[in-house]
Amino acid sequence: MKHDDINALAHLARININDDLLDNITDNINSILSLVDQLQQANTDDVEPMYHPLDATQRLRADEVTETDKREALQANTPATEAGLFLVPQVIE
Amino acid sequence: MHHYTIAELMTSLRNKEFSSVELTQHYLERIKQLDSQFNSYITVSSEQALLSAQQADQALTKGSASDLCGIPIAHKDLFCTQGTLTSCGSKMLSNFVPSYNATIVENLANAGAVSLGKTNMDEFAMGSSNESSFYGTSKNPWNTDCVPGGSSGGSAAVVAAQLAVATTGSDTGGSIRQPASFCGLTGLKPTYGRVSRWGMVAYASSLDQAGPIARTAEDAAIMLNAMASYDDKDSTSVDIDKPDYKASLNDSIKGLRIGVPEEYFQDGLDNDVATLINAALAEYEKMGATLHPISLPHTHLAIPAYYVIAPAEASANLSRFDGVRYGYRCDDPKDLMDLYKRSREEGFGDEVKRRILVGAYALSAGYYDAYYRKAQQVRRLIKQDFVDAFTQVDVIAGPVAPNPAFGIGEKSNDPVAMYLEDIYTLPTNLAGLCGISLPCGLSSDNKPVGLQLTGNYFAEAKLLNVAHQFQQHTDHHKKTAPISNASNKLNSNK
Repeated sequence: MKHDDINALAHLARININDDLLDNITDNINSILSLVDQLQQANTDDVEPMYHPLDATQRLRADEVTETDKREALQANTPATEAGLFLVPQVIE
Repeated sequence: MHHYTIAELMTSLRNKEFSSVELTQHYLERIKQLDSQFNSYITVSSEQALLSAQQADQALTKGSASDLCGIPIAHKDLFCTQGTLTSCGSKMLSNFVPSYNATIVENLANAGAVSLGKTNMDEFAMGSSNESSFYGTSKNPWNTDCVPGGSSGGSAAVVAAQLAVATTGSDTGGSIRQPASFCGLTGLKPTYGRVSRWGMVAYASSLDQAGPIARTAEDAAIMLNAMASYDDKDSTSVDIDKPDYKASLNDSIKGLRIGVPEEYFQDGLDNDVATLINAALAEYEKMGATLHPISLPHTHLAIPAYYVIAPAEASANLSRFDGVRYGYRCDDPKDLMDLYKRSREEGFGDEVKRRILVGAYALSAGYYDAYYRKAQQVRRLIKQDFVDAFTQVDVIAGPVAPNPAFGIGEKSNDPVAMYLEDIYTLPTNLAGLCGISLPCGLSSDNKPVGLQLTGNYFAEAKLLNVAHQFQQHTDHHKKTAPISNASNKLNSNK
Protein backbone atom coordinates (compact mmCIF):
# COMPACT_ATOMS: atom_id res chain seq x y z
CA MET A 1 0.00 0.00 0.00
CA LYS A 2 1.08 3.57 -0.58
CA HIS A 3 0.46 6.71 1.43
CA ASP A 4 -2.61 7.53 -0.65
CA ASP A 5 -4.11 4.12 0.08
CA ILE A 6 -3.51 4.50 3.79
CA ASN A 7 -5.04 7.96 3.76
CA ALA A 8 -8.12 6.64 1.93
CA LEU A 9 -8.44 3.87 4.52
CA ALA A 10 -7.98 6.34 7.33
CA HIS A 11 -10.80 8.43 5.93
CA LEU A 12 -13.09 5.36 5.87
CA ALA A 13 -12.14 4.62 9.46
CA ARG A 14 -12.57 8.26 10.44
CA ILE A 15 -9.07 8.60 11.91
CA ASN A 16 -6.52 11.29 11.03
CA ILE A 17 -3.08 9.89 10.40
CA ASN A 18 -0.66 12.78 10.58
CA ASP A 19 2.38 12.98 8.31
CA ASP A 20 4.84 11.99 11.05
CA LEU A 21 3.09 8.69 11.54
CA LEU A 22 2.21 8.01 7.90
CA ASP A 23 5.55 6.47 6.83
CA ASN A 24 5.74 4.22 9.84
CA ILE A 25 2.13 3.10 9.65
CA THR A 26 2.38 2.43 5.90
CA ASP A 27 5.42 0.17 6.50
CA ASN A 28 3.75 -1.57 9.42
CA ILE A 29 0.57 -2.24 7.51
CA ASN A 30 2.48 -3.57 4.50
CA SER A 31 4.31 -6.01 6.81
CA ILE A 32 1.06 -7.12 8.35
CA LEU A 33 -0.50 -7.65 4.92
CA SER A 34 2.50 -9.77 3.88
CA LEU A 35 1.94 -11.84 6.99
CA VAL A 36 -1.73 -12.39 6.30
CA ASP A 37 -1.17 -13.16 2.62
CA GLN A 38 -0.08 -16.60 3.83
CA LEU A 39 -3.80 -17.34 4.04
CA GLN A 40 -3.90 -17.60 0.27
CA GLN A 41 -1.85 -20.85 0.51
CA ALA A 42 -4.69 -22.61 2.24
CA ASN A 43 -7.05 -24.80 0.25
CA THR A 44 -10.48 -23.70 1.38
CA ASP A 45 -12.59 -25.13 -1.45
CA ASP A 46 -16.02 -26.12 -0.14
CA VAL A 47 -15.18 -24.91 3.39
CA GLU A 48 -17.94 -22.90 5.07
CA PRO A 49 -16.67 -19.76 6.82
CA MET A 50 -16.92 -20.01 10.61
CA TYR A 51 -18.05 -16.75 12.21
CA HIS A 52 -18.75 -18.26 15.62
CA PRO A 53 -16.84 -21.12 17.29
CA LEU A 54 -20.00 -23.12 17.89
CA ASP A 55 -21.81 -21.96 14.72
CA ALA A 56 -24.46 -20.45 16.96
CA THR A 57 -27.14 -18.21 15.55
CA GLN A 58 -28.40 -14.98 17.08
CA ARG A 59 -30.76 -15.66 19.95
CA LEU A 60 -33.97 -13.60 19.81
CA ARG A 61 -36.22 -12.45 22.63
CA ALA A 62 -39.82 -11.30 22.92
CA ASP A 63 -40.50 -7.77 21.65
CA GLU A 64 -41.24 -6.35 25.11
CA VAL A 65 -39.86 -3.27 26.81
CA THR A 66 -37.37 -4.36 29.45
CA GLU A 67 -35.01 -1.38 29.77
CA THR A 68 -35.73 1.63 31.98
CA ASP A 69 -34.79 5.24 31.27
CA LYS A 70 -31.17 5.71 32.38
CA ARG A 71 -30.42 8.76 30.28
CA GLU A 72 -29.12 10.93 33.11
CA ALA A 73 -26.72 8.26 34.36
CA LEU A 74 -25.53 7.43 30.87
CA GLN A 75 -25.08 11.06 29.82
CA ALA A 76 -22.84 11.73 32.81
CA ASN A 77 -20.00 10.73 30.49
CA THR A 78 -21.08 12.87 27.52
CA PRO A 79 -18.78 15.77 26.52
CA ALA A 80 -21.66 18.12 25.64
CA THR A 81 -25.40 17.83 26.20
CA GLU A 82 -28.43 20.07 26.21
CA ALA A 83 -31.97 19.13 27.16
CA GLY A 84 -31.00 15.47 27.10
CA LEU A 85 -29.59 15.70 23.58
CA PHE A 86 -26.00 15.02 22.48
CA LEU A 87 -24.37 18.17 21.14
CA VAL A 88 -22.02 18.10 18.14
CA PRO A 89 -20.76 20.77 15.70
CA GLN A 90 -23.47 21.94 13.30
CA VAL A 91 -24.25 19.26 10.72
CA ILE A 92 -26.96 20.87 8.63
CA GLU A 93 -26.74 24.40 7.30
CA MET B 1 -0.95 -12.60 54.79
CA HIS B 2 -0.12 -11.98 51.14
CA HIS B 3 1.54 -15.39 50.82
CA TYR B 4 -1.77 -17.22 51.17
CA THR B 5 -3.86 -18.59 48.33
CA ILE B 6 -7.64 -18.15 48.24
CA ALA B 7 -8.06 -21.68 49.57
CA GLU B 8 -5.76 -20.96 52.54
CA LEU B 9 -7.37 -17.59 53.23
CA MET B 10 -10.81 -19.20 53.37
CA THR B 11 -9.63 -21.21 56.36
CA SER B 12 -7.83 -18.31 58.04
CA LEU B 13 -10.80 -15.98 57.72
CA ARG B 14 -13.21 -18.56 59.13
CA ASN B 15 -10.80 -19.34 61.98
CA LYS B 16 -10.70 -15.62 62.69
CA GLU B 17 -6.89 -15.43 62.42
CA PHE B 18 -7.54 -12.05 60.87
CA SER B 19 -10.50 -10.22 59.35
CA SER B 20 -11.18 -9.28 55.76
CA VAL B 21 -10.73 -5.64 56.76
CA GLU B 22 -7.23 -6.40 58.12
CA LEU B 23 -6.41 -8.42 55.04
CA THR B 24 -7.64 -5.66 52.73
CA GLN B 25 -5.73 -2.98 54.66
CA HIS B 26 -2.61 -5.12 54.38
CA TYR B 27 -2.96 -5.34 50.61
CA LEU B 28 -3.75 -1.63 50.25
CA GLU B 29 -0.61 -0.80 52.23
CA ARG B 30 1.47 -3.15 50.05
CA ILE B 31 0.11 -1.50 46.91
CA LYS B 32 1.06 1.92 48.26
CA GLN B 33 4.57 0.78 49.13
CA LEU B 34 5.35 -1.40 46.13
CA ASP B 35 3.28 -0.67 43.03
CA SER B 36 5.47 2.20 41.84
CA GLN B 37 7.97 -0.54 40.96
CA PHE B 38 5.47 -2.37 38.74
CA ASN B 39 2.80 0.13 37.61
CA SER B 40 0.28 -2.72 37.74
CA TYR B 41 -2.73 -0.72 38.99
CA ILE B 42 -4.48 2.06 37.06
CA THR B 43 -7.00 2.76 39.84
CA VAL B 44 -6.89 1.72 43.49
CA SER B 45 -10.32 1.81 45.16
CA SER B 46 -9.40 1.99 48.84
CA GLU B 47 -12.69 3.25 50.27
CA GLN B 48 -14.87 0.86 48.33
CA ALA B 49 -12.55 -2.02 49.14
CA LEU B 50 -12.75 -1.37 52.86
CA LEU B 51 -16.55 -1.07 52.69
CA SER B 52 -16.79 -4.39 50.87
CA ALA B 53 -14.41 -5.92 53.40
CA GLN B 54 -16.61 -4.76 56.28
CA GLN B 55 -19.64 -6.35 54.64
CA ALA B 56 -17.65 -9.51 54.03
CA ASP B 57 -16.67 -9.68 57.71
CA GLN B 58 -20.34 -9.51 58.66
CA ALA B 59 -21.21 -12.36 56.30
CA LEU B 60 -18.29 -14.40 57.64
CA THR B 61 -19.54 -13.92 61.21
CA LYS B 62 -23.06 -14.99 60.24
CA GLY B 63 -21.66 -18.13 58.63
CA SER B 64 -23.37 -17.32 55.34
CA ALA B 65 -20.18 -16.70 53.42
CA SER B 66 -19.33 -18.19 50.01
CA ASP B 67 -15.77 -19.16 49.08
CA LEU B 68 -14.66 -15.75 47.83
CA CYS B 69 -16.13 -13.79 50.74
CA GLY B 70 -13.59 -11.25 51.95
CA ILE B 71 -10.93 -12.20 49.40
CA PRO B 72 -9.07 -9.22 47.85
CA ILE B 73 -9.03 -9.33 44.04
CA ALA B 74 -8.63 -6.80 41.23
CA HIS B 75 -10.25 -6.36 37.83
CA LYS B 76 -8.64 -5.77 34.45
CA ASP B 77 -9.53 -2.25 33.39
CA LEU B 78 -11.81 -3.30 30.55
CA PHE B 79 -14.54 -4.61 32.84
CA CYS B 80 -17.11 -1.91 33.60
CA THR B 81 -17.15 -1.09 37.30
CA GLN B 82 -19.94 1.15 38.50
CA GLY B 83 -18.67 4.52 39.72
CA THR B 84 -15.03 3.63 39.04
CA LEU B 85 -12.92 4.69 36.07
CA THR B 86 -12.82 2.07 33.33
CA SER B 87 -10.12 3.16 30.92
CA CYS B 88 -9.21 0.07 28.86
CA GLY B 89 -5.64 1.38 29.13
CA SER B 90 -6.55 4.13 26.65
CA LYS B 91 -6.66 7.92 26.52
CA MET B 92 -9.98 7.44 24.69
CA LEU B 93 -11.63 6.26 27.92
CA SER B 94 -9.40 8.01 30.44
CA ASN B 95 -12.47 9.94 31.63
CA PHE B 96 -15.04 7.14 31.41
CA VAL B 97 -16.93 6.16 34.57
CA PRO B 98 -19.54 3.45 33.91
CA SER B 99 -22.94 3.60 35.59
CA TYR B 100 -23.15 -0.19 35.83
CA ASN B 101 -21.10 -3.30 36.63
CA ALA B 102 -20.08 -5.89 34.09
CA THR B 103 -21.75 -9.22 34.78
CA ILE B 104 -18.50 -10.83 35.99
CA VAL B 105 -17.88 -7.87 38.31
CA GLU B 106 -21.41 -8.27 39.68
CA ASN B 107 -20.94 -12.05 40.04
CA LEU B 108 -17.70 -11.65 41.99
CA ALA B 109 -19.15 -8.89 44.17
CA ASN B 110 -22.17 -11.08 44.95
CA ALA B 111 -19.73 -13.83 45.94
CA GLY B 112 -18.28 -11.40 48.49
CA ALA B 113 -14.95 -10.73 46.79
CA VAL B 114 -13.32 -7.41 47.70
CA SER B 115 -12.17 -5.44 44.66
CA LEU B 116 -8.97 -3.49 45.34
CA GLY B 117 -9.05 -1.67 42.00
CA LYS B 118 -8.47 -1.83 38.23
CA THR B 119 -5.39 -3.22 36.59
CA ASN B 120 -3.16 -2.02 33.78
CA MET B 121 -3.45 -3.50 30.29
CA ASP B 122 -2.49 -3.08 26.65
CA GLU B 123 -4.74 -0.44 25.08
CA PHE B 124 -8.14 -1.96 24.25
CA ALA B 125 -6.61 -5.39 24.88
CA MET B 126 -4.46 -5.17 21.76
CA GLY B 127 -1.00 -6.34 22.61
CA SER B 128 1.22 -9.01 24.13
CA SER B 129 3.39 -6.93 26.45
CA ASN B 130 1.34 -4.22 28.22
CA GLU B 131 3.60 -1.67 26.49
CA SER B 132 0.80 0.00 24.55
CA SER B 133 -1.04 1.21 27.66
CA PHE B 134 -1.78 4.94 27.90
CA TYR B 135 -0.83 4.56 31.57
CA GLY B 136 2.68 3.33 30.81
CA THR B 137 4.03 -0.16 30.64
CA SER B 138 3.66 -2.51 33.56
CA LYS B 139 6.79 -4.33 34.76
CA ASN B 140 7.31 -8.01 35.36
CA PRO B 141 7.81 -8.58 39.12
CA TRP B 142 10.28 -11.40 38.32
CA ASN B 143 12.52 -8.97 36.42
CA THR B 144 11.50 -5.35 36.13
CA ASP B 145 13.49 -4.90 32.89
CA CYS B 146 11.02 -7.31 31.33
CA VAL B 147 7.40 -7.13 30.27
CA PRO B 148 4.72 -8.95 32.27
CA GLY B 149 3.10 -10.03 28.99
CA GLY B 150 -0.21 -8.81 27.65
CA SER B 151 -2.77 -7.73 27.23
CA SER B 152 -3.65 -8.65 30.85
CA GLY B 153 -0.14 -7.60 31.95
CA GLY B 154 -1.28 -5.55 34.93
CA SER B 155 -3.55 -8.35 36.19
CA ALA B 156 -0.63 -10.78 36.04
CA ALA B 157 1.86 -8.36 37.63
CA VAL B 158 -0.59 -7.70 40.48
CA VAL B 159 -0.82 -11.38 41.42
CA ALA B 160 2.90 -12.04 40.89
CA ALA B 161 3.81 -9.08 43.12
CA GLN B 162 1.19 -10.25 45.63
CA LEU B 163 -0.81 -7.06 45.41
CA ALA B 164 -4.09 -9.05 45.25
CA VAL B 165 -4.81 -12.76 45.67
CA ALA B 166 -6.26 -13.21 42.19
CA THR B 167 -7.39 -11.02 39.32
CA THR B 168 -9.69 -11.07 36.33
CA GLY B 169 -8.28 -10.86 32.83
CA SER B 170 -9.49 -11.29 29.27
CA ASP B 171 -8.13 -13.50 26.52
CA THR B 172 -8.71 -12.88 22.80
CA GLY B 173 -5.46 -14.30 21.41
CA GLY B 174 -3.66 -15.40 24.59
CA SER B 175 -4.01 -12.36 26.81
CA ILE B 176 -4.60 -14.35 30.01
CA ARG B 177 -2.40 -17.36 29.27
CA GLN B 178 0.71 -15.54 28.05
CA PRO B 179 0.99 -13.05 30.95
CA ALA B 180 0.29 -15.92 33.36
CA SER B 181 3.18 -17.79 31.74
CA PHE B 182 5.54 -14.80 31.89
CA CYS B 183 4.69 -14.14 35.55
CA GLY B 184 4.65 -17.69 36.96
CA LEU B 185 0.89 -17.89 37.49
CA THR B 186 -2.12 -20.04 36.61
CA GLY B 187 -4.40 -18.38 34.06
CA LEU B 188 -7.51 -19.85 32.47
CA LYS B 189 -9.33 -18.92 29.26
CA PRO B 190 -12.76 -20.55 29.41
CA THR B 191 -14.63 -21.89 26.39
CA TYR B 192 -16.20 -19.16 24.27
CA GLY B 193 -19.64 -18.48 25.74
CA ARG B 194 -18.89 -19.89 29.21
CA VAL B 195 -18.41 -16.50 30.86
CA SER B 196 -20.59 -13.47 30.09
CA ARG B 197 -19.12 -10.64 28.05
CA TRP B 198 -21.75 -8.12 29.11
CA GLY B 199 -20.02 -5.00 30.42
CA MET B 200 -16.65 -6.15 29.07
CA VAL B 201 -15.42 -3.62 26.52
CA ALA B 202 -15.27 -5.55 23.26
CA TYR B 203 -12.13 -6.05 21.18
CA ALA B 204 -12.99 -9.02 18.92
CA SER B 205 -16.46 -10.25 19.72
CA SER B 206 -16.12 -13.81 18.38
CA LEU B 207 -12.83 -14.38 20.25
CA ASP B 208 -13.01 -12.46 23.56
CA GLN B 209 -13.45 -14.36 26.81
CA ALA B 210 -12.98 -13.36 30.47
CA GLY B 211 -11.15 -15.56 32.95
CA PRO B 212 -9.14 -15.70 36.19
CA ILE B 213 -5.42 -15.24 36.85
CA ALA B 214 -4.42 -16.83 40.15
CA ARG B 215 -1.59 -18.61 41.96
CA THR B 216 -3.06 -22.11 41.69
CA ALA B 217 -5.52 -24.16 39.66
CA GLU B 218 -7.63 -24.55 42.81
CA ASP B 219 -7.87 -20.76 43.17
CA ALA B 220 -8.70 -20.47 39.45
CA ALA B 221 -11.51 -22.99 39.99
CA ILE B 222 -12.89 -20.94 42.89
CA MET B 223 -12.81 -17.81 40.74
CA LEU B 224 -14.44 -19.55 37.77
CA ASN B 225 -17.23 -20.85 40.00
CA ALA B 226 -18.19 -17.23 40.66
CA MET B 227 -17.40 -15.78 37.23
CA ALA B 228 -19.17 -18.27 34.97
CA SER B 229 -22.92 -17.88 34.44
CA TYR B 230 -25.53 -17.93 31.71
CA ASP B 231 -26.42 -14.32 30.97
CA ASP B 232 -29.49 -13.23 29.03
CA LYS B 233 -27.83 -9.89 28.39
CA ASP B 234 -24.98 -11.52 26.41
CA SER B 235 -26.48 -13.15 23.35
CA THR B 236 -23.35 -15.28 22.89
CA SER B 237 -23.58 -16.66 26.42
CA VAL B 238 -24.24 -20.40 26.29
CA ASP B 239 -27.00 -21.87 28.45
CA ILE B 240 -25.23 -25.01 29.62
CA ASP B 241 -24.95 -26.62 33.04
CA LYS B 242 -22.22 -25.23 35.24
CA PRO B 243 -20.41 -27.82 37.36
CA ASP B 244 -18.71 -27.02 40.67
CA TYR B 245 -15.20 -26.57 39.27
CA LYS B 246 -13.65 -27.58 42.60
CA ALA B 247 -15.51 -30.88 42.86
CA SER B 248 -13.36 -32.83 40.42
CA LEU B 249 -9.95 -31.28 41.18
CA ASN B 250 -8.80 -34.45 42.92
CA ASP B 251 -10.01 -36.93 40.32
CA SER B 252 -7.30 -39.38 39.26
CA ILE B 253 -5.57 -38.68 35.97
CA LYS B 254 -4.31 -42.26 35.49
CA GLY B 255 -4.86 -43.14 31.87
CA LEU B 256 -5.26 -39.51 30.81
CA ARG B 257 -4.33 -39.22 27.13
CA ILE B 258 -2.26 -36.10 26.48
CA GLY B 259 -1.85 -35.01 22.86
CA VAL B 260 1.47 -33.37 21.98
CA PRO B 261 1.26 -31.47 18.68
CA GLU B 262 4.39 -31.78 16.54
CA GLU B 263 3.75 -28.28 15.17
CA TYR B 264 4.28 -26.74 18.62
CA PHE B 265 7.87 -27.99 18.92
CA GLN B 266 9.50 -26.63 15.80
CA ASP B 267 11.91 -23.79 15.02
CA GLY B 268 11.53 -20.66 17.03
CA LEU B 269 10.88 -22.41 20.35
CA ASP B 270 13.41 -21.30 22.97
CA ASN B 271 15.57 -24.18 24.28
CA ASP B 272 14.83 -23.51 27.94
CA VAL B 273 11.11 -23.53 27.21
CA ALA B 274 11.33 -26.81 25.26
CA THR B 275 13.33 -28.43 28.08
CA LEU B 276 10.86 -27.37 30.76
CA ILE B 277 7.81 -28.41 28.73
CA ASN B 278 9.32 -31.82 28.06
CA ALA B 279 10.13 -32.20 31.77
CA ALA B 280 6.51 -31.35 32.62
CA LEU B 281 5.25 -33.96 30.16
CA ALA B 282 7.57 -36.54 31.72
CA GLU B 283 6.09 -35.63 35.10
CA TYR B 284 2.61 -36.31 33.75
CA GLU B 285 3.78 -39.73 32.57
CA LYS B 286 4.98 -40.47 36.09
CA MET B 287 1.48 -39.62 37.26
CA GLY B 288 0.02 -42.24 34.95
CA ALA B 289 -0.89 -40.18 31.90
CA THR B 290 0.10 -41.27 28.39
CA LEU B 291 1.60 -39.02 25.73
CA HIS B 292 0.40 -39.19 22.14
CA PRO B 293 2.01 -37.39 19.22
CA ILE B 294 -0.66 -35.58 17.23
CA SER B 295 -0.74 -33.16 14.34
CA LEU B 296 -2.63 -29.88 14.09
CA PRO B 297 -1.67 -29.25 10.48
CA HIS B 298 -3.23 -25.79 10.10
CA THR B 299 -1.36 -24.29 13.09
CA HIS B 300 0.82 -22.11 10.84
CA LEU B 301 -2.31 -20.35 9.54
CA ALA B 302 -3.49 -19.27 12.98
CA ILE B 303 -1.46 -16.06 13.02
CA PRO B 304 -2.57 -14.81 9.60
CA ALA B 305 -6.19 -15.80 10.28
CA TYR B 306 -6.22 -14.08 13.66
CA TYR B 307 -4.57 -10.91 12.36
CA VAL B 308 -7.37 -10.56 9.84
CA ILE B 309 -10.33 -11.56 12.01
CA ALA B 310 -9.40 -9.74 15.21
CA PRO B 311 -8.57 -6.39 13.60
CA ALA B 312 -11.69 -6.65 11.40
CA GLU B 313 -13.91 -7.17 14.44
CA ALA B 314 -12.00 -4.51 16.35
CA SER B 315 -12.49 -1.94 13.59
CA ALA B 316 -16.24 -2.46 13.94
CA ASN B 317 -16.22 -2.52 17.74
CA LEU B 318 -14.10 0.61 18.08
CA SER B 319 -16.18 2.66 15.66
CA ARG B 320 -18.38 3.57 18.64
CA PHE B 321 -15.54 5.74 20.00
CA ASP B 322 -16.36 8.87 18.03
CA GLY B 323 -16.20 11.64 20.63
CA VAL B 324 -19.99 12.13 20.57
CA ARG B 325 -21.61 10.24 23.42
CA TYR B 326 -18.75 9.34 25.79
CA GLY B 327 -14.99 9.13 25.88
CA TYR B 328 -12.40 11.56 24.63
CA ARG B 329 -13.44 14.49 22.43
CA CYS B 330 -10.88 16.76 20.74
CA ASP B 331 -10.85 20.50 21.47
CA ASP B 332 -12.61 22.95 19.12
CA PRO B 333 -13.86 20.58 16.43
CA LYS B 334 -14.44 22.51 13.19
CA ASP B 335 -17.20 20.22 11.98
CA LEU B 336 -18.49 16.70 12.57
CA MET B 337 -15.86 15.01 10.39
CA ASP B 338 -13.11 16.89 12.21
CA LEU B 339 -14.63 15.86 15.54
CA TYR B 340 -14.55 12.18 14.55
CA LYS B 341 -11.12 12.19 12.94
CA ARG B 342 -9.26 14.21 15.54
CA SER B 343 -10.92 12.62 18.57
CA ARG B 344 -9.90 9.22 17.24
CA GLU B 345 -6.43 10.41 16.21
CA GLU B 346 -5.74 11.88 19.63
CA GLY B 347 -7.61 9.28 21.68
CA PHE B 348 -6.15 6.09 20.19
CA GLY B 349 -2.54 4.88 20.38
CA ASP B 350 -0.56 3.62 17.38
CA GLU B 351 -1.22 -0.12 17.72
CA VAL B 352 -4.96 0.48 17.95
CA LYS B 353 -4.81 2.67 14.83
CA ARG B 354 -2.84 -0.02 12.97
CA ARG B 355 -5.38 -2.70 13.79
CA ILE B 356 -8.37 -0.52 12.92
CA LEU B 357 -6.84 0.25 9.52
CA VAL B 358 -5.94 -3.38 8.80
CA GLY B 359 -9.43 -4.41 9.87
CA ALA B 360 -11.12 -1.79 7.72
CA TYR B 361 -9.06 -2.97 4.75
CA ALA B 362 -9.96 -6.62 5.31
CA LEU B 363 -13.66 -5.78 5.37
CA SER B 364 -13.67 -3.28 2.53
CA ALA B 365 -15.40 -3.82 -0.78
CA GLY B 366 -13.21 -5.87 -3.09
CA TYR B 367 -11.12 -7.33 -0.28
CA TYR B 368 -13.73 -8.92 1.97
CA ASP B 369 -13.64 -12.31 0.20
CA ALA B 370 -9.87 -12.52 -0.07
CA TYR B 371 -9.25 -11.56 3.53
CA TYR B 372 -12.13 -11.76 5.99
CA ARG B 373 -14.11 -14.57 4.39
CA LYS B 374 -10.93 -16.52 3.63
CA ALA B 375 -9.74 -16.15 7.23
CA GLN B 376 -13.06 -17.46 8.53
CA GLN B 377 -12.77 -20.48 6.25
CA VAL B 378 -9.28 -21.15 7.57
CA ARG B 379 -10.72 -20.75 11.05
CA ARG B 380 -13.00 -23.71 10.44
CA LEU B 381 -10.01 -25.78 9.29
CA ILE B 382 -8.17 -24.90 12.50
CA LYS B 383 -11.18 -25.91 14.58
CA GLN B 384 -11.48 -29.17 12.67
CA ASP B 385 -7.85 -30.05 13.52
CA PHE B 386 -8.78 -29.88 17.21
CA VAL B 387 -12.07 -31.74 16.81
CA ASP B 388 -10.17 -34.56 15.10
CA ALA B 389 -7.45 -34.57 17.78
CA PHE B 390 -9.99 -34.75 20.60
CA THR B 391 -11.32 -38.04 19.23
CA GLN B 392 -7.92 -39.53 20.16
CA VAL B 393 -6.80 -37.57 23.23
CA ASP B 394 -8.33 -35.90 26.32
CA VAL B 395 -6.19 -32.75 26.53
CA ILE B 396 -3.54 -31.16 24.35
CA ALA B 397 -0.26 -29.93 25.88
CA GLY B 398 2.48 -27.60 24.74
CA PRO B 399 4.20 -24.29 25.39
CA VAL B 400 2.28 -21.06 25.99
CA ALA B 401 4.83 -18.75 24.36
CA PRO B 402 7.97 -19.34 22.28
CA ASN B 403 10.11 -17.68 24.94
CA PRO B 404 10.03 -16.39 28.52
CA ALA B 405 9.37 -12.69 29.19
CA PHE B 406 11.28 -10.44 26.79
CA GLY B 407 12.81 -7.05 27.61
CA ILE B 408 10.78 -3.85 27.68
CA GLY B 409 11.25 -2.16 24.30
CA GLU B 410 12.65 -5.28 22.64
CA LYS B 411 9.70 -5.91 20.32
CA SER B 412 7.70 -2.71 20.59
CA ASN B 413 9.04 -1.32 17.28
CA ASP B 414 8.19 -4.40 15.26
CA PRO B 415 4.49 -5.25 15.30
CA VAL B 416 4.94 -8.48 13.35
CA ALA B 417 7.64 -9.75 15.75
CA MET B 418 5.20 -9.03 18.57
CA TYR B 419 2.41 -10.91 16.75
CA LEU B 420 4.61 -14.04 16.48
CA GLU B 421 4.57 -14.26 20.29
CA ASP B 422 1.00 -15.51 20.10
CA ILE B 423 1.53 -18.56 17.91
CA TYR B 424 0.60 -21.21 20.49
CA THR B 425 -2.31 -19.40 22.08
CA LEU B 426 -4.22 -18.04 19.07
CA PRO B 427 -5.55 -21.40 17.84
CA THR B 428 -7.51 -21.88 21.08
CA ASN B 429 -9.36 -18.59 20.60
CA LEU B 430 -10.03 -19.21 16.93
CA ALA B 431 -11.55 -22.58 17.75
CA GLY B 432 -13.32 -21.26 20.88
CA LEU B 433 -11.84 -23.96 23.14
CA CYS B 434 -10.70 -23.62 26.76
CA GLY B 435 -7.03 -23.31 27.69
CA ILE B 436 -4.94 -22.94 30.83
CA SER B 437 -1.37 -21.85 31.52
CA LEU B 438 0.38 -23.22 34.61
CA PRO B 439 3.95 -22.68 35.86
CA CYS B 440 6.40 -25.44 34.95
CA GLY B 441 9.73 -23.97 36.00
CA LEU B 442 12.20 -21.14 35.55
CA SER B 443 14.45 -20.47 32.57
CA SER B 444 18.24 -20.33 32.97
CA ASP B 445 17.90 -16.59 33.64
CA ASN B 446 15.24 -17.05 36.32
CA LYS B 447 12.13 -16.21 34.33
CA PRO B 448 8.92 -18.24 34.62
CA VAL B 449 7.76 -20.55 31.86
CA GLY B 450 4.19 -21.79 31.48
CA LEU B 451 2.83 -25.14 30.32
CA GLN B 452 -0.32 -24.82 28.24
CA LEU B 453 -3.15 -27.32 28.34
CA THR B 454 -6.01 -27.06 25.86
CA GLY B 455 -9.32 -28.72 26.61
CA ASN B 456 -12.42 -29.61 24.65
CA TYR B 457 -15.53 -27.41 24.57
CA PHE B 458 -16.86 -26.75 28.11
CA ALA B 459 -14.27 -29.08 29.65
CA GLU B 460 -12.92 -26.52 32.14
CA ALA B 461 -13.47 -28.91 35.05
CA LYS B 462 -11.22 -31.51 33.42
CA LEU B 463 -8.60 -28.91 32.55
CA LEU B 464 -8.51 -27.61 36.12
CA ASN B 465 -8.29 -31.18 37.44
CA VAL B 466 -5.33 -31.98 35.16
CA ALA B 467 -3.62 -28.72 36.17
CA HIS B 468 -4.32 -29.25 39.87
CA GLN B 469 -2.82 -32.74 39.80
CA PHE B 470 0.40 -31.32 38.35
CA GLN B 471 0.45 -28.82 41.20
CA GLN B 472 0.03 -31.62 43.74
CA HIS B 473 3.18 -33.30 42.38
CA THR B 474 5.42 -30.31 41.65
CA ASP B 475 6.07 -26.97 43.35
CA HIS B 476 6.79 -24.63 40.43
CA HIS B 477 3.60 -22.71 41.20
CA LYS B 478 4.79 -22.06 44.77
CA LYS B 479 7.79 -20.03 43.66
CA THR B 480 7.30 -16.31 44.05
CA ALA B 481 8.90 -13.31 42.42
CA PRO B 482 11.84 -11.77 44.31
CA ILE B 483 10.11 -8.53 45.37
CA SER B 484 12.34 -5.91 46.97
CA ASN B 485 11.92 -5.93 50.68
CA ALA B 486 9.93 -2.86 51.68
CA SER B 487 7.12 -5.30 52.35
CA ASN B 488 8.99 -7.04 55.15
CA LYS B 489 8.25 -4.18 57.49
CA LEU B 490 4.53 -4.73 56.98
CA ASN B 491 4.73 -8.41 57.45
CA SER B 492 4.13 -9.56 61.00
CA ASN B 493 4.48 -13.26 61.68
CA LYS B 494 1.74 -14.01 59.21
